[in-house]
Amino acid sequence: MGNGTSIGRVRGLGSSHNGAHHWLIQRFTAIGNLVLTVWFAVSLLLLPDFAYTTLRDWFASPVSASGMALLIISTFWHARVGLQVVIEDYLHDHGNKFAALAALNLVVFGAVAFGLFCVARLALGAA
Amino acid sequence: MAQASTGRKARPLSPHLQIWRWGPAMAVSILHRVSGNGLAVVGLGALLCWLGALVGGEASYANFAAQAGTWYGRIVLIGISWAFFNHLCSGLRHFVLDIGAGFEVKSNNIWSIVSIVLGALLTAAFWAVLLLR
Repeated sequence: MGNGTSIGRVRGLGSSHNGAHHWLIQRFTAIGNLVLTVWFAVSLLLLPDFAYTTLRDWFASPVSASGMALLIISTFWHARVGLQVVIEDYLHDHGNKFAALAALNLVVFGAVAFGLFCVARLALGAA
Repeated sequence: MAQASTGRKARPLSPHLQIWRWGPAMAVSILHRVSGNGLAVVGLGALLCWLGALVGGEASYANFAAQAGTWYGRIVLIGISWAFFNHLCSGLRHFVLDIGAGFEVKSNNIWSIVSIVLGALLTAAFWAVLLLR
């Protein structure tokens, strides 16, 4: 850490160019979550019951399946961005932070793949 | 800048939680983080379990539904729904703060309390509609 110029004093202490993009992604996915989760909650309340056949019929509708696929992408993206901030706030050791962020990305991508596959399977039948 | 020359350890520390008197803004802030983490881990986990159980067929879905109907299943589901509505309300508060509004002490305190109370009320309303329909 330098002591002379102002750039030398802050170098290595702060963010690295991606703050605004990260912040915007958090807001864009938040808007997506707002629309999609409220739609999902209302859809659940409008179902006559939660029987297996009722839900299979609901997932067979293209609108429901598309909405659920988008909901999975938007919520997991938002969760990834949010948990990244939490990790960066509480893990100060560079190695641990890198490992936690790597694990977060692996889990999120795996979870989204599983969720989208389930929705496709429910929407296209085969059961 | 005598401090800077002694290196990283001599940099001043900001006061932490025990220094400040608790206020509504602090409560809504930490509840936003707690409910967001809960939704990310438990909420999205339960969503994937539900989808996986449906894909697994009638028997696996019946098993999921039976677990969801037990007292501990209900506690988890009610917890997820509270986290959802709480995060929704405090998230909407963040949108208002993002445009630069609501930073005056009085309105900030009022809307902090409103978002916490509204989150709890929406949770109660959701379960009332669900159970009484």
